[in-house]
Amino acid sequence: MTPLLEVEGLRKSFALTGPTTWAARLRGERPAVRAVDCVSFAVAKGETLGLVGESGCGKSTVARCLLRVIEPTTGSIRFAGEEITTLGGRQLRNTRRAMQMVYQDPTAALNPRFNARRTIEEPLRLHFKMTSAERRERLNEIISDVGLGTDLMERYPHELSDGQRQRVNIARAIAAHPSFVVLDEPTSALDVSLRSRVVLLLEALQKRLGLSFLFISHDIATVKYLARRIAVMYLGVIVEEADSTSLFAAPRHPYTRALLSSVPVPDPDFRHERLVLNGEIPSPTKTYVGCRLRSRCPLAAAVCAEPVPRREVAPGHHVLCHLA
Amino acid sequence: MSKLLEVENLVVHFDTDGGLVKVLDGVNVIINAGEILGLVGESGSGKSVSAAAILGMIRRPGRILAGSIEFEGIDLLRLSEDEMSRYRGRQIAMICQSYRTALNPVISAGRQISRLLEIHQGSSRAAARRRALELLDLVGAADPARLMKQYPHQLSGGMCQRVMIAMALATSPRLLIADEPTTGLDVTIAARILELLRDLSKRTGAAILLITHDLGVVAQTCQRVAVMHAGQLVETAPVRELFRFPAHPYTRALVSAIPRIDIEIRLDPVPGAVPSLLHPPTGCRYQNRCPRAMEICRHDKPRQVAVGQDHEVACFAFGEHSDAAA
Repeated sequence: MTPLLEVEGLRKSFALTGPTTWAARLRGERPAVRAVDCVSFAVAKGETLGLVGESGCGKSTVARCLLRVIEPTTGSIRFAGEEITTLGGRQLRNTRRAMQMVYQDPTAALNPRFNARRTIEEPLRLHFKMTSAERRERLNEIISDVGLGTDLMERYPHELSDGQRQRVNIARAIAAHPSFVVLDEPTSALDVSLRSRVVLLLEALQKRLGLSFLFISHDIATVKYLARRIAVMYLGVIVEEADSTSLFAAPRHPYTRALLSSVPVPDPDFRHERLVLNGEIPSPTKTYVGCRLRSRCPLAAAVCAEPVPRREVAPGHHVLCHLA
Repeated sequence: MSKLLEVENLVVHFDTDGGLVKVLDGVNVIINAGEILGLVGESGSGKSVSAAAILGMIRRPGRILAGSIEFEGIDLLRLSEDEMSRYRGRQIAMICQSYRTALNPVISAGRQISRLLEIHQGSSRAAARRRALELLDLVGAADPARLMKQYPHQLSGGMCQRVMIAMALATSPRLLIADEPTTGLDVTIAARILELLRDLSKRTGAAILLITHDLGVVAQTCQRVAVMHAGQLVETAPVRELFRFPAHPYTRALVSAIPRIDIEIRLDPVPGAVPSLLHPPTGCRYQNRCPRAMEICRHDKPRQVAVGQDHEVACFAFGEHSDAAA
């Protein structure tokens, strides 16, 4: 079966301009932030792929490229078998109907001058020719799906709670019957008790509507709960990708091991096998030949200066590391 | 263990245009010398207001209506502003949640620390500088000399937080209040900041009040835990006891509401929402979310009763209360 979404060799770099880069430009270099540096993955129908990594690793840039909110520098994105990096006009709009996104900040993602009804109806108006009665009917369907009451529909964002706002965002995302939804840190801005509710809602929606999710988060426990496959990003590349079970049972990449061993576990007797990286994430403007983690990795060896091949260490378990 | 700080029956209200917000409703909590006490609860449970009260920073429209805060036997609430300033920042220091805004953007990291020493301890400029270098080294800066000269905008979030911690430690406080010290930091950095706090508490003997909403952070950092809900303290216990035998229905709900990486669980969110503190229910403020609520919960506020070694819970379902309710 061909996957719903296939990404191959995706790159996105942002050119650096301004006074601090003049010397490099005089030397004929083109300084740039390589936010995403050759990323490939696939998402099957009805599946959730979790994308984890720390700030600045390029997770959100990947998401934006997928929806072509920003244009990828190079690479191929196939959605439902169709190459979408070259689409334009009406075709692009049709594709976007099927691909939606939920953002991290539920307040900033809503137009403060639209009430909940208008926000959720907006995609229906854009993508379908519907009578107002049909629209109202569809609206009622959607809000019962996400657990919002009809009494909230006339309210503006500032009159809604954080949890309700995020439900409006989710309602808008699923309004036009998408098949694929990018969830960019949808629970990070919410309070603990609201988080678990949004997670359960997303799980239920996926089952009922057969949605595929790309779930982006730095909250590894939540990703583990929702995603069957997980990709770990570091400095613009996917360093490890595996089934959730084998990733947590036997993480192979030192970065994954450091990341997992940093997650606080609500059990005082639980002891992590700690792997601590040196220093902090280096600048993404550098070009790398060998392993990107080399300067921080406690296990680094001479071989790590060589280009790193992507290897399959177990069925479906891919790692970008010489030593794993 | 000796008692360092005892908060008793603390009641704090805030006057707002919408009415009187009853933020703290008789909070009792003890911090022992040298321990790390976790204070947990959802947003709006009164964690940060409790911290502000301990630091003597409840200002209008806030009012302290009742209670006492005894620090080494002295009631901080009875001190004048001048007397309080001998405690705040010296004996009791604070690490803020918003490390970005808590640092002065136009003063170098080193100067922020050394200035503090000049003010609080009357150190000479040179001595303060030397001590600032030592402190930055203590909090694990890779290159303290370089960090001395850097400004907050040149630093990563983790580094800013280390500078904040160095500032808090500058006066060798007996109590350090850390309000969500790792919120907004990446997990690998957050883990190292928590390690640093544990290590510093051991080395300097300072007690730490760690305010957080993350039970994982509590489990791996604290020795004792106090759980707050809507301005009421619902349970205190040693950390192992709390996770093994959570007693209060709210504590139990919190534990099963978070996904975790060590075991598979069925997520079960805390029912309902934090009640409005403008019109909180009388009696137990958890009553409308509680699966075990009884008639008595709607009238009386439960007292704390012992249910184990150093383990107290404020719930009518326990101890002598349960007889009264029957």
